[in-house]
Order: sequence, then C-alpha cells, then structure tokens
Amino acid sequence: MTETVLESRPDINANLSADAIRQQDMPTEEMLVNMGPQHPATHGVLRIVLRTDGEMVLEAVPHIGYLHRCAEKIGESLAPFQFIPYTDRMDYLAGMNNNLAYALTIEKLTGLEVSKRAQYIRVLFAELNRIASHLVMFGTYGLDMGAFTPFLYAFREREWILDMFESTCGARLTYSYITIGGVTDDLPDGFLDRCAEFCDYFEPKIDEYNDLLSFNHIFVKRTANVGIVSAEDAIRWGLTGPCLRASGVRWDLRKVQPDTSYEEFEFDIPIGEGLKGTVGDSWDRYFVRMQEMKQSVRIIRQAIAKLRDTLGDVLNKKGKLVKLPEDDVYYEIENPRGQLGFYVQGNGSQVPARVKARGPSFCNLSITNHVCRNCLLADIPAIVGSIDVVLGEVDR
Amino acid sequence: MTPEEIANILKGKFGDKIVGVNFQTVHPHVWVAADAWHDVAMFLRHDSRLRFDLLRCISSVDMLEAKEMVAVYDLISCDGVPGSRELWKSRHGMCVKIKVSRDKPHIRSVADIWPTADWHEREAYDLMGIVFDGHPDSVEDAEGRHPRRILCPDDWAGHALRKDYIFPMEYHGIPAVTEYEQTRPTH
Repeated sequence: MTETVLESRPDINANLSADAIRQQDMPTEEMLVNMGPQHPATHGVLRIVLRTDGEMVLEAVPHIGYLHRCAEKIGESLAPFQFIPYTDRMDYLAGMNNNLAYALTIEKLTGLEVSKRAQYIRVLFAELNRIASHLVMFGTYGLDMGAFTPFLYAFREREWILDMFESTCGARLTYSYITIGGVTDDLPDGFLDRCAEFCDYFEPKIDEYNDLLSFNHIFVKRTANVGIVSAEDAIRWGLTGPCLRASGVRWDLRKVQPDTSYEEFEFDIPIGEGLKGTVGDSWDRYFVRMQEMKQSVRIIRQAIAKLRDTLGDVLNKKGKLVKLPEDDVYYEIENPRGQLGFYVQGNGSQVPARVKARGPSFCNLSITNHVCRNCLLADIPAIVGSIDVVLGEVDR
Repeated sequence: MTPEEIANILKGKFGDKIVGVNFQTVHPHVWVAADAWHDVAMFLRHDSRLRFDLLRCISSVDMLEAKEMVAVYDLISCDGVPGSRELWKSRHGMCVKIKVSRDKPHIRSVADIWPTADWHEREAYDLMGIVFDGHPDSVEDAEGRHPRRILCPDDWAGHALRKDYIFPMEYHGIPAVTEYEQTRPTH
C-alpha cells in the first residue's frame, strides 16, 4: 500500500507510517463557510456560518438581525390601531394573520367585542392568506431544489388571492385590513362569488401540484430523510405550526384554543406521517403545508356560506379609542408558520407600556444548528427551506 | 388544572420562594424568587402533575419607576401521543414572572431545561439587558459574562428597549438619529 502511494506521490516522506501518509494524502481540514446574508436559498437576509469538513457540516450557526427594525419599540410609542400597519411588515407573506394576532391580543386585554360577521370575515381572510403564504413556500422550496416550473404556478394562484385582497382593502401585501374591533370595511360586491370561484378552481390544482412536485422522484430524493426532527425535540425547541405537526404532533391552536369562531368550522389537522421517509423530515414539513391548503379551502367554503346569511356591522368603533388597563396579556394564534404571540402590557393610557412579539419563524429557526449537524452541505437549503422562515419576522 | 391548583402545588413544594400570585387578571401568573427559579423551572418541567413541556415565550419588561426588571415566562403543557390520530390538547397553561433589580438584573438561564429559551434569553439580554447566568452561548467582556447578542451587532452599546435608552447619533460612521430625535421623548 505504502509503495503504491509513494509511486504516485514523490513529495511524501518515505519514512512516515502508512497512517500518516494517508493523512497527508487526503488532508481533511475544517473550514468555515459563510452562507448568506445574500444567498438565494436563505429566503432573505439570513447568514449561516457553516463549519464544514469536506462535504460534512459539523455546525451551522445562524446569525440574524439584518432586518431588525425595533418593531417592539415602535409598538410602545403608538396606540394599538396605529401599530397594526407595522405588524404586517413582520411576516410580510401573512399580513392578515399578523394583524389578526395583534388585534386579538388587544381585544383580549380590553374585553372589546367583535361582531359575528367580522369574525367570519377574519377567518376567511386568515385562511386565504394561509394559502397565499403556503403557495410561496411551495414555489420557492421547489426553486431551492431546482424545480423552476412550480414557482410560476404558485405565483399564478397567489395572484388571484392578492387581487381579491386588493379589491377589499387596496393593498396587495401589507393590508392592515383586520384591525382592533373588527375589520376596516365590509366586503366589496361580488367578493364571495369570486372567492367561491377561486375555491372551485384551486382545490383540484393542489393534486396537480402534488403530482408535479411533491411526488417527483428527484424532489423526494433531495428532501426525504433529510433534517429529521423528532416530536420530542420539536416541542423542546419550541417549534410550532407545520414544523411541529410534521413531527407527528397533531397540535393546532385553531383547535386547542379556538378564537374568532374557529370552533364552528370543520377541518382536519394534517400531520407528518413519514410517507416518503421518516416522520419529521423535510419532505413531511413540506407536505403538511400542501395538505393544509386543502383544509383551508374547506374552511373558506364554510366561511362563505356563513357570511351569506350573517349580516351586520363589521367594526366596533370603540377599537380606535380603546384604553389599555393596567394589566398584561399574552396571546397566540396559529399563523401559517406557527404560533405568533404578542405580549402587551398596558398602563392605563392608550399607548402600551410594553409590546413583545413572539415570532414563529424566530423560534423555528433556533433549531437549525441542532438539525443541520452532521448533514451534507447540499442538505442545508433543503432543511432551511423546509422550516420556511420569513426574516422580517425573525428580526422584527 | 387551574392556575390556583398549580400555584398551590408550587407553594407546597417551594414555600416562600413563591413570592406572590395574581389570578384576578386575563393573564394569571405566579411570582417566583429569582434565586429559586432554576429549581422551580426543573420542577415545572419534570413533575408528573405539571409537565410544562413547551416554553412559549420569554418577555422582558422594564419598570423604570420601580427600578425593576421583570421576566415573563409563558408555559404550556401539551397532552397527546406523537403520531397518533388523536388531536393534542393543552392540559394547562401558566405564566411565571420573575422580578430582579434594575442595577443587577441576573436570572439563572433555563436553556438546559427548554432549549428554546436559548434564543429568547439572548434576545432579552440584547434588547433589555437582563443577564442570564449559565447561558450556553455566553461571551465575556467589560460588562461581565452574559449571553451573546442576537439582533443587534456584537459591539452595540446599551439595550434598546430600556425605557431610559438614548439612541446613538452614529454607529461606525453610519448616521443614526439627529440631536432633535435623541432628545424628543417618544415613550
């Protein structure tokens, strides 16, 4: 063995042992690789410092804060209804849900009542936004894995939803439509018909996309059995939303702690079942979202039916002038990415003394180092993409 | 279990380390003495009756007038079997508050009990300046040993969410706020 090596490598000292020669012949050296902040697979300004040994990743330390805008500080200098437009800049792919989380927190603290019609509109828009948000994940995750076509389809469907949002509140991304005490305005004429049309159009498309991407052999090979998170680990690391459910935990705040009339709706909670690999792998995290879109369509159909027979006011006018008692509250709702919570402390005035946001992306991202240890370099985009973070919310 | 029952279990185990309770609020909570927090946390996590396995959030509050800092831990106990068809339920929720002095805000880290506390504690140090002793990702500098900053750069001075924080006029030559903005009270 030594002789053959030496023939091809005259630079190696012949007096060394066979082991030492092998060491010199194949030197393995740890290297730090900087992934991001401007890397297409990190979906925003996320920087991950990877300690690698060849193709192996020994450590992946996320560095965040590039988008830190001190939203909490802003919340402490504005009345709640003025802070609503800042909340949809946090998770900018799910603005409606973010508005809803803050509005519900303030309503919980002040005991403000919201009419039934406003609640159904909230459910309708939260679910539409959930679909829009999952569509972006579906599209960009395919993009990360080298599939360009699904991205175009995803944005085509999302366009329809954004057009509906635009016809309602004028904005396509930062809505501020759901506000303290209800929603800012009633639905425009013919909205429910367009919404029903969208459901009929979109539901069969989900199966089509499953054939196109979810069960695609290359896609499955890249994502199944990659980045496995056990149920126990997921809870310990504070994972919520689809990331937690993919690990086989049937936990959803819409069922556990129903608000906004969610208890009146019928829907299932899909969980990861390890269909293509192991429970809790990247493919499961992706596929849970695909199934959730179907459930959202179900909820939207029921919301449309309820809205057709429920008429009335949609905004409690007291919401703008509401005074916050000297008390505090912590409230969470189920966002597309997980549990978005707000901690608000009032001091008797209109402006809260403390606002703290618990972003689901923030907590979900904190498991990165734990999951990415001892995986391959090419698996990093598959894992980070499946966690589906929005950096606007991680950094707030 | 109701918050009252949980508080009674804690009082029976830790006595005067449970320094106060408040149930007449939308956010029922228990005040725990800072020096006993790690033991209480361990008990909350592992006691078979309580088993708080999900730490939802750590919030920090600056009470400028009272010269105090408060850390708020929101916990929930999940009930279910992984992979089963059954829906998981919340057994009970709970909030623990810890008060420390503003000059020396030191609390024992619980990142060894709930790993999710790691980033929450780093954030609470970064923005509010509460030092979590024994944090797994700590650094040592002129201010002593403290968790590594998470949102602000490592060389940032001060803690931005404190009520008496004055925003800097520049950072490494990058202009930040003007003199007018610096003196104008915004909170």
